[in-house]
Amino acid sequence: MTAIGWLQIILYCVVIVALAKPLGWYMTRVFNGERTFLSPVLRPIEAGIYWFSGVDEKREQHWLTYTVAMLLFHVGGFLVIYGVMRLQSVLPLNPAGQGAVAEDLSFNTAISFITNTNWQNYGGESTVSYLVQMLGLTHQNFLSAATGIALAVALIRGFSRASMRTVGNFWVDVTRCTLYVLLPICVVYTLFLVSQGIPQTLGDYAEATTLEGAKQTIAVGPVASQVAIKMLGTNGGGFFNANASHPFENPTALSNFVQMLSIFTLGAALTNVFGRMVGNQRQGWAILAVMGVLFVAGVAVTYWAEAGGTSTLHALGLTGGNMEGKEVRFGIVASSLFAVITTAASCGAVNAMHDSFTALGGMIPLINMQLGEIIVGGVGAGLYGMLLFVVLAIFVAGLMVGRTPEYVGKKIEAREVKMAMLAILVLPLMYLGWTAVGVVYPSAAASMANAGPHGFTEVLYAFTSATGNNGSAFAGLTGNTLFYNLTLASAMFVGRFFMIIPAMAIAGSLAAKKSIPPSAGTFPTTGGLFVGLVVGVILIIGGLTFFPALALGPIVEHLAMNAGQLF
Amino acid sequence: MLREIRPAIVLLLLLTAITGLAYPLAMTVIAGAIFPVQAQGSLIERDGKVVGSALIGQEFKDDKYFHGRPSATLAPDPNDSTKTVSAPYNAANSGGSNLGPTSKALADRLKEDVDKLKSENPNAAVPVDLVTTSASGLDPDISPDAAQFQVPRVAKARNMPEDQVKQLVASSTQGRLIGLIGEPRVNVLALNLALDRAAK
Repeated sequence: MTAIGWLQIILYCVVIVALAKPLGWYMTRVFNGERTFLSPVLRPIEAGIYWFSGVDEKREQHWLTYTVAMLLFHVGGFLVIYGVMRLQSVLPLNPAGQGAVAEDLSFNTAISFITNTNWQNYGGESTVSYLVQMLGLTHQNFLSAATGIALAVALIRGFSRASMRTVGNFWVDVTRCTLYVLLPICVVYTLFLVSQGIPQTLGDYAEATTLEGAKQTIAVGPVASQVAIKMLGTNGGGFFNANASHPFENPTALSNFVQMLSIFTLGAALTNVFGRMVGNQRQGWAILAVMGVLFVAGVAVTYWAEAGGTSTLHALGLTGGNMEGKEVRFGIVASSLFAVITTAASCGAVNAMHDSFTALGGMIPLINMQLGEIIVGGVGAGLYGMLLFVVLAIFVAGLMVGRTPEYVGKKIEAREVKMAMLAILVLPLMYLGWTAVGVVYPSAAASMANAGPHGFTEVLYAFTSATGNNGSAFAGLTGNTLFYNLTLASAMFVGRFFMIIPAMAIAGSLAAKKSIPPSAGTFPTTGGLFVGLVVGVILIIGGLTFFPALALGPIVEHLAMNAGQLF
Repeated sequence: MLREIRPAIVLLLLLTAITGLAYPLAMTVIAGAIFPVQAQGSLIERDGKVVGSALIGQEFKDDKYFHGRPSATLAPDPNDSTKTVSAPYNAANSGGSNLGPTSKALADRLKEDVDKLKSENPNAAVPVDLVTTSASGLDPDISPDAAQFQVPRVAKARNMPEDQVKQLVASSTQGRLIGLIGEPRVNVLALNLALDRAAK
């Protein structure tokens, strides 16, 4: 570890915190339906969309209707992706002549993109056409992100409203999020990325003759426009197989720094939106502080482990850390930082191969996802995941002092706690259960690329990533098999909707409650005690759930490595 | 509930058209006009022929060129399409080795490469990036140490004074952005092009 490395990490944190407030202010205006500086241009388009689709923007929805609208929207998105993938060989914009994608792979990919996971069992440049990248994948990058933010806003409304039956209008929230937040940022962001060297063309793959006379086919495409939303929307699905480590997806140190910022920025700003909507920005900062504590701890461990290297490298006298699977322009620090960011949020883009990380360095991304990606989290998903833990923490605090727990003026009662527990328990059931099947079912076990405990970690990582809707991988695992295409799709599906539906049920039940003014007995939820309590609850629940699995994977691998054992 | 079906179809189609077609196509036109070179992939031409991309590494084996990092990219086996074969710097199928820290295959590969490099230049420590594969398999850069390590071999193969080669390495080295962000690095293709120019 070096001082300059830590300075990069500190700079990153400072910029994220600095952006949270102005972005939070802007997004609050967007979701309250107020005018913004973009309204003169975008308002006519917005009104036109409502008119064509028969949406009455003044009519708000009950939480159940809101949820049903969201589910219908997902069904449509699924059909679009599945359709263009199956039909890509007869559709235009296919200069590389890719054939139709197989049924199970198309199914997996469609589930993957509508759930904001962007798990990739396909290699972008070798499997899908430009049309699929744009119409199938780029569009869902926008819409699954907009959906996540809309749901988080609906949950925030649940906390901030009193005695109301509705939580907002799903169609309006999705449309406004897409038009006013995601698209304008992406337009500017795309141009920045192209200036750094990311291609944006519909032309054929380039043919080069190298200095030594060999032929090199260089895959290009409409990359920048997809990378912009892939990062901003914490989708993470790469245009290329190697994702953000590919020089065409992440060409410079600056593009890397900005991409890391864009993973966290909307999620961090949502904590500020929360604070503003419940009437006290300090409530938002307290949540961001919980996230910050867990994040910095994770970065420190991964950076330390990667800078330390492996016993194999040491035995050969190689110093400078574990550079296997990392790019020179990012080095140890930016690769470690990126890995923690992308799994703390539900992004899943990678600028280094997590499979080649040290045992402990790769364990932190795994833990981040197993905690439910609540550290900043996916756009929206992180905030509602975190609020579920807050509900539990408040409940625990209430038990300790013997009063009905309250949070931002709302009584937290049996229904909210049950729903929070449902969401928190279903996720480990998915990733632990499927991992157990994956390591014993013979044809599935053949997918492991590494032997020994590392192979187990590959399987655990895959199902954790799918359940957490992250999409990063220990990429040695051969995922494009019937078993993994179907099981991972089921994990992604359950991971998304068994988080969303309980969260929406909480939103609906909270919105209907009366608001009670704080009294002398109210547990303060803006101070250090609250931050410590939430961090504690997260670590205890997380630790109890997945420590045994970690012990079988990264922990035993670390011990084996120190003992000099190879597999 | 039934009245949510119309927006589920129409609104989805409208937003799909905006974000999936209008946005990427408009960005292609605008980016192509403002940054024509980058938008096409930063291709480098020499004597009218494309020799590669400034951002994509390529394989160098000749002693007179600086070598990039090992690459783990694959290509379909020409004899059996269900299998793959090693194809370093295949820019149509990026990827890393995905070998873990306790992999015996990785340990064997590292030992072989380290031994080879030690025999080439016994006087310097082997830089770690010169024996490890990159994440993309297309890393265009090596560390300044990895370039320095190869100076004696390149100078000998080209009959050039070592100092002249060292100078070319120094002038091809890019530092950190504002002295802080990223890592110092040398673009291998740019350095080799500069070498060829200096030899003329």
